[in-house]
Amino acid sequence: MNEQHELEHHVVSPKTYIIIFLALLTGTALTVLASYIDLGEWHIAPGITLFWNPVVNLAIATGKMLLVVLFFMHVKYSTKLTKLTVVSGLFMFLVLVGMTLSDYFTRAWGRW
Amino acid sequence: MTDSAAVANSAMAETGNSHHGEHPPYQRHHFETVDQQFDATNFAMWLFLLTEVMFFGGLFTAYLIMRNWYYQAFVAGSHQLSIVWGTANTAVLIASSFTMAMSVWSAEMRRKKSLLVYLCLTLVFGLVFLGIKGIEWHEKWEKHHVPGVHFSVESFVNPQSDPAVYNEYHDAPLAPDMAQKTEEYFFLYFAMTGMHALHMVIGIGILVFMIFRARSGAFTNGHVTFVENFGLYWHFVDIIWIYLFALLYLISRH
Amino acid sequence: MSAATIISLPDQSTARIPKVNFLTKENGLLSWLLTTDHKRIATLYLISITFFFFIGGALAGLIRLELLTPQTTLMAADTYNKVFTMHGVIMVFFFLVPSVPATIGNFLIPMMIGAKDLALPRINLLSWYLYMIAGCMAIYTMAAGGVDTGWTFTTPLSTHYLNTHVISTGLAIFVAGFSSIFTGLNFIVTIHKMRAPGMTWFRLPLFVWSNYAASILMVLGTPVLAITLVLVVLERTMHIGVFDPTYGGDPILFQHLFWFYSHPAVYIMILPGMGVISEVVSTFSRKRVFGYTAVAFSSVAIAIFGFFVWAHHMFIMGISNYAALVFSLLTMLVAVPSAIKIFNWAFTLYKGSITFETPMLYAFGFMGLFTIGGLTGVFLGTTGTDIHLTETYFVVAHFHFVMVGGMLMAFLSGIHFWWPKWTGRMYPEKISQLAAVVTYIGFNFTFFPQFILGMLGMPRRYAAYPPEFQALNVFSTAGATILGVGYLLPMLYLTWSLKYGEIAGDNPWQATGLEWQTQSPPLTENFAEIPIVDHEAYDYEWLEKQTAARQQQEVA
Repeated sequence: MNEQHELEHHVVSPKTYIIIFLALLTGTALTVLASYIDLGEWHIAPGITLFWNPVVNLAIATGKMLLVVLFFMHVKYSTKLTKLTVVSGLFMFLVLVGMTLSDYFTRAWGRW
Repeated sequence: MTDSAAVANSAMAETGNSHHGEHPPYQRHHFETVDQQFDATNFAMWLFLLTEVMFFGGLFTAYLIMRNWYYQAFVAGSHQLSIVWGTANTAVLIASSFTMAMSVWSAEMRRKKSLLVYLCLTLVFGLVFLGIKGIEWHEKWEKHHVPGVHFSVESFVNPQSDPAVYNEYHDAPLAPDMAQKTEEYFFLYFAMTGMHALHMVIGIGILVFMIFRARSGAFTNGHVTFVENFGLYWHFVDIIWIYLFALLYLISRH
Repeated sequence: MSAATIISLPDQSTARIPKVNFLTKENGLLSWLLTTDHKRIATLYLISITFFFFIGGALAGLIRLELLTPQTTLMAADTYNKVFTMHGVIMVFFFLVPSVPATIGNFLIPMMIGAKDLALPRINLLSWYLYMIAGCMAIYTMAAGGVDTGWTFTTPLSTHYLNTHVISTGLAIFVAGFSSIFTGLNFIVTIHKMRAPGMTWFRLPLFVWSNYAASILMVLGTPVLAITLVLVVLERTMHIGVFDPTYGGDPILFQHLFWFYSHPAVYIMILPGMGVISEVVSTFSRKRVFGYTAVAFSSVAIAIFGFFVWAHHMFIMGISNYAALVFSLLTMLVAVPSAIKIFNWAFTLYKGSITFETPMLYAFGFMGLFTIGGLTGVFLGTTGTDIHLTETYFVVAHFHFVMVGGMLMAFLSGIHFWWPKWTGRMYPEKISQLAAVVTYIGFNFTFFPQFILGMLGMPRRYAAYPPEFQALNVFSTAGATILGVGYLLPMLYLTWSLKYGEIAGDNPWQATGLEWQTQSPPLTENFAEIPIVDHEAYDYEWLEKQTAARQQQEVA
């Protein structure tokens, strides 16, 4: 109980906030720059191609999201319950998107 | 570290008070302790954000599937968005997130004046964001890119008719049926940015309310729950925009 | 029926209902409309959902009357479409989803965990108001001419072809959805943060566990339904959207998003009912629930698995064979935790001192009917048989066995079980036992023939059918009349008992839950002082010691 108490009232210092703020602005600049360059593609297998641009784009967005969640939203200093809540939110989001897409991507495979 | 110590000290002072059976005025009757109240409301806010994730999740799913089906239309559609305005808006929203985080810090440190300054800055950034969004939407209206109401495929079957965009991207004209699908892109664009803007408007309403309350010292008496929870909401709205910016503006840029 | 009973009432000549309780604390309409007391909000909910249940029930009666004859005799086909749609919408969103959680759950969860109220009392009141706003919108829809999409809002039927009140129905469900989200959110926070000292997770009554699991589904599933309905409404008003193939949209996308909520929704409807059954079975066989931990985790397992199976509603809609295979396999997994529950209840009964009061009769009804309903679900979850059975009366019978035979039985069981706690008075035992038996018989008469009809190939959602199906349909309609009597009876005698029922005392069933250790009806604060929990749930020895100690004190 005592330990939790300490955790909840952890005050993040303005210095951290400024660093994160600058990191987020840098991320934004990077992602805009990256979007102007054709990063090419990767032919994993016949018919399956991975384009690097959207991957990099979303990876930077996810990085920014993590910075906001961990520091601005104090998840790094929060209880396990809060962390679990965040993770379960992301997980269910991925289930919704992933399992729906699994139907769309396997339609072309035809019958078995 | 000194900040934490200061708060811990003041928290100790409060516990000292409650030994005499007195609760701080902001503690609601059904909670045993202030800590329990803070924990409960904070957790509730997180659960609410969980529902928001799933709410936007439906839109993101629709976007991903439509994008896969009508790839060329989505590329051409995204070329119509202004990357300058989009980047500016992202910076503005990140700045507002930063000032919001500083508001939470000010409330925790019980600095009324700086709390007010940061809340007002957050409000201003929020309004600037909506203003820029308004400019962009207005441009869509002028170019007949509002789906269902005011839409023409002219810029997509005949890209030269739109020289500003054509000179930058040199898009090939789309076949008429694919060009029609740009309306899907703009439908999702308006649905997603509109839903996001609605969240911003609600947030700004609450911000105004908070500024009025903060003037009478409401959040600098040790009861930071409201500011803290609103901060969570505001950062969440920021996160949604980070993804919207990536998916709508940048993904088909090169 | 055995004469043995566990009911122990106080001496009726001296017993009084406590003067100060949550019902009498304040008077006047405003004290109810602005209350933040979870027990009063539960009472408001109970009245409102009963109202909607009888509207939905009347519509069900119309459906069965129409199906008495093969031709469309009572109403035109499009009227029939509106009637079954409104029946579905009202029963699903305005009765089944809030039934146990918002009434019994609202009333009991804070008391079972030893708290004074839910964590967010004002949000709790807000959720009732949202429910009522949504209810008014649904009634407006009916008055204005109804909607005929079916409760599933299948696109492009709902976005393009039908010219009925889809928008107002969609918005009604949107608002009702937020009511349910706030209830679920409130329960999760309360169960996490408001437990009394000593009330560890594995001392919680199983009713709390199952409501917790259902709340997870409400919080994570409902928003997807909300955004889906917003998109349907936008598509209808703007004539562009992502669901209608004429605009380039995809109707199967709608099915994915809709069933992402609406499949977990059936677990929202059934899980709290399972919680009621755990409480009742334990109390009336005087035994701790067999395999407490397994039953507790099976609730959570149902909630989690429930999110991975939604596409089994879509096997014939053109989803990929591979996805269908995976979703079918995952569907089979849900049968495991459900079976854990059924078997554990059966083991709880084994060598227990069983008595047959009304809640127990309803609980037996639940176990039988839910098992049939659940097992027929396996046929529908198997891709091969599903092609034959889906969209026939087999499906109708299947989900009515689960929802009506399961959830409604559990709801009535719970209402009878906690009625003395809620009102301070007993319901009349003999007539309520009769009502339970009548409901059970009527239910089987109504819905069992529908399995056969479905096997024979009678499709659902038609006002007319080939004459060879008439005999079974007449059976079904006759059964529905009996069922209707079974539902009217509790309404009448429970109202009667509000004034004339026997005084119940604190603990008429000698049950172990914390809610039974306070007065009935409880105080607004639930407990005179917050209890300290030092025993497991369903610890009947603890209760005996407690009672003995109290008697000694009285003697002294």
